[in-house]
Amino acid sequence: MYRILDLTDEKGLLCGRILADLGLDVIKIEKPGGDDCRNIGPFWKDIHHAEKSLFWFSYNLNKKGITLDIMKRRGQSLFKQLVERADAIIESFPPSYLSELGLDYDSLARGKPNLVMTSITHYGKSGPYKDRKSSDLVANAVGGYVYITGPADRPPVRISKVDQAYCHAGSHAAVGTLIALICRNRLGLGQHVDISIEESVVWTLMYVQQYWDLTGYIYPRSGVFAHRTNLNVRQYWPCKDGYVGWRIFLGSSGGSFGGEGVKRMVEAMGEEGMAQGLDMVHWEASGMDDVTQEDITFWEERFASFFLTHTKRELNNIAERKGIPLFPISTPADLIDNVQLNSRHYWVDIEHPELSDTIIYPGPFVLCDPPLGELRRRAPLVGEHNSEIYEQELGISPQEMTDLKEEGVI
Amino acid sequence: MLFSHNGKRRVKQLMELNKPLEGIKVVDFSWILTGPLVARYLADWGATVVKVESRIRPDEVRTVAPFNKGIPGLNRSATFANWNSGKYSISLNMKDPKAADIIRRLISWADIVVESFRPGVLKRLGLDYEQIRSIKKDIIVVSHTTQGQTGPFALQPLIAHFVHSLAGITCLTGWPDRAEVGLRIAYGDNVQATLSFLLILAGLDYRQRTGSGQYIDISQLESLIQVLSPCFLDYAANGRIQSRQGNRCSYAAPHGVYRCKGEDRWCAIAVFSDEEWKGFCNVIGKPQWVSEQNFATILNRKQNEDELDRLITDWTINFTPEEVMAKMQQAGISAGAVQDAQDIVETDPQLASRHHLFTLAHPETGEYVCEAPGFRLSKVPLEIEQSSPCIGEHNYFVCTQFLGISDEDFANLVSASVLE
Repeated sequence: MYRILDLTDEKGLLCGRILADLGLDVIKIEKPGGDDCRNIGPFWKDIHHAEKSLFWFSYNLNKKGITLDIMKRRGQSLFKQLVERADAIIESFPPSYLSELGLDYDSLARGKPNLVMTSITHYGKSGPYKDRKSSDLVANAVGGYVYITGPADRPPVRISKVDQAYCHAGSHAAVGTLIALICRNRLGLGQHVDISIEESVVWTLMYVQQYWDLTGYIYPRSGVFAHRTNLNVRQYWPCKDGYVGWRIFLGSSGGSFGGEGVKRMVEAMGEEGMAQGLDMVHWEASGMDDVTQEDITFWEERFASFFLTHTKRELNNIAERKGIPLFPISTPADLIDNVQLNSRHYWVDIEHPELSDTIIYPGPFVLCDPPLGELRRRAPLVGEHNSEIYEQELGISPQEMTDLKEEGVI
Repeated sequence: MLFSHNGKRRVKQLMELNKPLEGIKVVDFSWILTGPLVARYLADWGATVVKVESRIRPDEVRTVAPFNKGIPGLNRSATFANWNSGKYSISLNMKDPKAADIIRRLISWADIVVESFRPGVLKRLGLDYEQIRSIKKDIIVVSHTTQGQTGPFALQPLIAHFVHSLAGITCLTGWPDRAEVGLRIAYGDNVQATLSFLLILAGLDYRQRTGSGQYIDISQLESLIQVLSPCFLDYAANGRIQSRQGNRCSYAAPHGVYRCKGEDRWCAIAVFSDEEWKGFCNVIGKPQWVSEQNFATILNRKQNEDELDRLITDWTINFTPEEVMAKMQQAGISAGAVQDAQDIVETDPQLASRHHLFTLAHPETGEYVCEAPGFRLSKVPLEIEQSSPCIGEHNYFVCTQFLGISDEDFANLVSASVLE
């Protein structure tokens, strides 16, 4: 199986993680003592410790881990030995960092022409911004997604608090790495894969660019997605134990997403005697242009009352039974109990013997037949596989291992 | 020489092996965004992609704005064009029994089948995985759905916007004192498409090593949860349900989006260390903040973040986002303008130098901007040359050149309205 040397920080950890999920042999290389991103929380039981970062656990599942100081000469020599046995390197250092150490793609490829190196940077390895400092929030901002997110009367806002730009870049990096390996298999040569985090974000904008280009329309933020109507139509509704998402939409097109879906909702309410004022409305025959904001408000009060009498799960069951596009606004607690996910055995228990704990993880992101990989091991401890890789594979003696530790090389 | 529709748009030479997926053949039955994006990615890197369409029920995205000169038309949508560049189009009346033969030939021709039907539809058409595999043993089939092919909610009608909420992203997006906000556009489709493309590549590699095909069942919900993984672990390990925090970050301050000069103009700034904080204070002319009790350490800054953000806005409001970004960069602070569509298409010099947007010409869509792939390969040229197809544009070409159907048989298919 392909071996990948993973030198990434938080900008690219997901890349190695999903390649490892697919069964590739991914070795995370950290500086002695552990990478700085082990200090990113949240932490297990809120204990701020390099071996207890849940952030680290999430993105380094399935990888092996070794320590190595590539700034030291001996470390560089060891690294080159590792490269000889590897198929690809993934890294997210500032653009010129590796070339200053003589470990950039051009230098390494001289001795190993079929090497693949994937570099993840904020703006790419070329261009006027390539050396600019950035972060995930900034990447989402320059990439355009922040501008279109959030209510119009507040500053534009990022999506969630988990680094999304880095996830996009990590996914594209994994794709790029595999494509380069496929290319190598066909043409015999390796190459350098160059990921720009900014471009990864721009890809998520759907048709925002086309709107500007063709019509001069700058896609705004509005808090909720476009309903193809000028009326104010409610999207999220409180229910007995949280919120659900659903909205009124009239008309005959769109199947259950249109008037037909509303009709089915009213039928469900009728089964409980709560359809007064709604059951005589021609949801399919009318359109959004035929109704007023007062109509919408009047109806919404009735739907709102109904939702308040049910839990998220009850409403989701009604939605499934009737084929209505209603969905619970889920929290992690809802998702871990989610019937659909559990029927597909999505959640996986991973043991953490050092913590005397077992933690539930999201499972493989896709089901394949035959299976392409599985969740095998928790994220590595600092230097956990030093012995396996350095001693067993590279044949380094125990005495030399002691020397390397003392010199701070590993 | 390959058949060309009207001589004005170049059709790629199939035998130029300068792209990684040259010679890989794809049948794309999918609609809207996820599946077509995956097929587009495959085309970007050299695969030959045939999109199977129907004039009676065209891909809904053909009706999505913006349109060339604002005039709707099945071949005038720039949105469709971006997501379907590089593909061939065949238009079939799928209900006609004779169409089944063409579909069978396409599957026999293909290496990969991309689809996004509701679970059960392909089986009703006689095309579930086992049936497809009986036509082509080592085929790779990738099925995109919102919640997977199996399970009690597999048929629940959902679109990406709803899946965002189902996956828990909506709960985490927006302001602590306001209700959750939806994501503006189909974010989930993008996340799912990239992961799906990855799986297809892994499937191709697996096939090369073992000779075996693959069935890939990718659920958007399951894909999206992956990008929120730390939040799930926080609940799994600590029982904590995280909540919205606007643009803030628990281990950085200042960290947010600040109002700048101009109409709805903002800049994002992120300060992660006390050293960066020192540089920040010097830039904005407040060196005294370095040691001020309210702001000296990150803990202090988090405790007084509302006041800090207000004070910072008092400074940023005097400058354009680009000016703020430049000043911050000089001091080694992460900062960038909150860019809108015009910035991205017209003024961002970095995207321009990376050639992120190509302009392609289409006979009915006119000129439209098409996005470059999400990464660059050093030895493979970045070329996006083939624009999106008109519906059914390549009926003759696909039938005769790819499927070996004779001219006479083709004519019969047309007159019998099997090909629309």
